[in-house]
Amino acid sequence: MALSSPASIGGGTSRAMTAGLTGKSFDVKSKMVEAALVLTLAASMLILLVLIVDLLATSWPLWTDRPGDFLTGSLNSANAQSAGVWQGIKGTLMLCLVVMVVAFPLGVACAVYLEEYSSGSRFAKWTRINVRNLAGVPSIVYGLLGLAIFVNAIGGFTGGRTVFAGGLTLAALVLPIVVITTSEALRAVPRPIREGAFGVGATQWEVVKDHVLPAAAPGILTGTVLSLARAAGEAAPILLVGAATGLLRTGNQSFVEQLTGPFTAMPVVIFSYARQPDDAFREATAAASVVLLALVLLMNALAIWLRNRYDRKW
Amino acid sequence: MHPMIRTSRRRRRSDGAARRVFQLAALFTFVITVLIIGTLAVDAWGFLSKLADTPDGLGSLTAIGWFPRRGLYDIGTLVVGTLIVTGIAMLVAVPLGLGAAIFLSEYARPRLRRYVKPLLEILAGIPSVVLGYFAIAVINPDIVVNLFSNASKAFTLMAAGIGVGILTIPIIASVAEDALRAVPHALREASSGLGAKRSQTTFRVIIPGAISGIVAALILGMSRAIGETMVVAIAAGAVGGGLFQLTPLQPGQTMTGAMAALGFGSDQVAGDNLAFESLYFVGLLLFVMTFLLNYLSDRLVTRFREVY
Repeated sequence: MALSSPASIGGGTSRAMTAGLTGKSFDVKSKMVEAALVLTLAASMLILLVLIVDLLATSWPLWTDRPGDFLTGSLNSANAQSAGVWQGIKGTLMLCLVVMVVAFPLGVACAVYLEEYSSGSRFAKWTRINVRNLAGVPSIVYGLLGLAIFVNAIGGFTGGRTVFAGGLTLAALVLPIVVITTSEALRAVPRPIREGAFGVGATQWEVVKDHVLPAAAPGILTGTVLSLARAAGEAAPILLVGAATGLLRTGNQSFVEQLTGPFTAMPVVIFSYARQPDDAFREATAAASVVLLALVLLMNALAIWLRNRYDRKW
Repeated sequence: MHPMIRTSRRRRRSDGAARRVFQLAALFTFVITVLIIGTLAVDAWGFLSKLADTPDGLGSLTAIGWFPRRGLYDIGTLVVGTLIVTGIAMLVAVPLGLGAAIFLSEYARPRLRRYVKPLLEILAGIPSVVLGYFAIAVINPDIVVNLFSNASKAFTLMAAGIGVGILTIPIIASVAEDALRAVPHALREASSGLGAKRSQTTFRVIIPGAISGIVAALILGMSRAIGETMVVAIAAGAVGGGLFQLTPLQPGQTMTGAMAALGFGSDQVAGDNLAFESLYFVGLLLFVMTFLLNYLSDRLVTRFREVY
C-alpha cells in the first residue's frame, strides 16, 4: 500500500489492528449476522421488484394494444376493452390542486407559529401533541369526517359529493404532514440568521417573511410535494366522500362545474377495476396501477431531487 | 427610545396581523380534532341509542357474526379479524423492517445507504390500493394457496395481512433506524474499544440502548396496520358480512373492511338507516384503538429523546 496520505495510513492501520486484536482476519459469526441482516433488506427490495415487474408484465398487452385509448378513455366498470383512466387522472390532479391551495398555506402558517412565535409555550406544546395525534389517525376516519362535515354539514358550500369536498378531506388528512415537515425545515434554519435580522431592526413578521421562510423554502417545498404524493395515493377517504366507482359522465364542463360535480380519482379507478371478477379487468387494473405509481413516484422523485439540489449545510 | 429607531405604525400593524393569522392557523388544527371526535362520538352514540330501541337491543353487539343488514352487529368478529390481519402483518413487517433498520444503521456503508434509503421511501410511497391488487393477483394465488392447500382460492385474511405487512415495513424500518442512529457514537467506540465484535456491539449495546425507540416503531407499525383499509377492502373478501371465525385462510371481516363495505363497497347502504350508522360506531372504536397505540408510541419516543 502506498503510504501517500494520512487517510490511507489511518485506514490500513485500523484494519490491521482489528485483525490483530480479534486474532482472526475473518470472523464467521459476525459475517453470518451481517448476511442475515442483508437478506432482510434484500427481501424488501425483492418485494418491490416483484410488485413492479408483475404490474408491468400484466399490463403489457394493454400498453402494446391500446395505450392512447386507455389513457384517454373513461371509467367503465362494464367493459374491460373500453375501460380507461382519463377521468381518474384529471380527478387526482384536481384533488391535488385543492389540497395544495388549502393545506399548504394552513400547514405552513401553523408551523411558523409553532416554531417562530411560540416555540416554548404551553400552547405550542399542546398543538404539537395534537398535530402528531392527527398524523396517526387512520385515513378512513378522515373519510368519515369528510362525509359528516364536508359533504353533509356544509354541503351547501361544497356542493355535496364533489371534488371540492374530496379535496378538503384530503387536505385535512395531509395537513399534519405539512406542519411536521415544515417545522423540521424551520428548525434547520440557524439562529444567527434570525438574530442578524432582528439586530438591524426587523419585526418578527419581516424576519419570517424575508429571512426564515426563504431559507427554509426547499425543505418546505419537499414536504409539500411528499404530502401531495400521499394525497394522490389515498382511496379510502374519497371513496367515503363519494367518488364515483361506476359510469361517470363528464361532458364539456367548465372548470368550476367540474370542481362542484361528481368525480373520481386514480386510486378509486384502480379499486373499481380490481373489484371486477372478470379476468379481463386484471390488465386494466395493473395498467391503472402503473399510471398511479408513475404519478406518485414522479412526485417523490421531484421531492428527493429538490432536497438534494437545494439542501444547504449551515 | 430614539424616534428614528421606533418601528413605524404600518410595520407594527402588519406584524400584529401576521401573528394573528399564524395563531389562527395553529388553532385550526384543534378544530379538525374536535370535528373528528365530535362526529364520531355523536354519530356512534346515535347508533347505540337507536340500537337499544330495536327488539334485540344492545344484545345485537354480540351475535354469530357481523351482518349489519340483518341487524347483527357482532363487534367481536371485526376485532378478531383485525387482530388476525394485524398479527400476520407484524410477522412480515417486524423481521424485515427491523433487519433493514439494523443493517442500514450499523452495517451499511454510507454509499449503499444513499442508494437503498430512496428505495425504502419508494416502498413507503406505494398507494395501498396497488398493494390490494397485488394481494389478490400475486400474494394469494402464488404464495398463500401454494403454502396452504386448504386456503380459499380468491380471498383470504392471510393475503390481506401480508399485503398490510408490506406497507408496514418502511414505517418500522424508518422509525427504528432513527432510534438506532440516535444512540451516541461514543457507545459504539467504547464497545469496540473493549474488544467487542460488531455483532456484539449491535446486539448488546446499541439495540438495548435504542429499545424504547424500537418498541415505539413496532407500536406505530401496529397502529398503521390496524387502520389500513384498502388492502383489506380488496383482498380480505368478506363482502356484506362475515361469521365469527378464527382461521386466516378464509375470507374474513375486519373493522376497516366492514367500514369499507358499508361506506363504499359491495354492501353500500347509503342514507339514514341503522346499518349505515354502525359505520361511525366502528370508526370510533378504530379511532380509540389507534389513538391509544399512537400515544404509547409517542411517549416512548419522547422518553428515548430525553435519555440521549
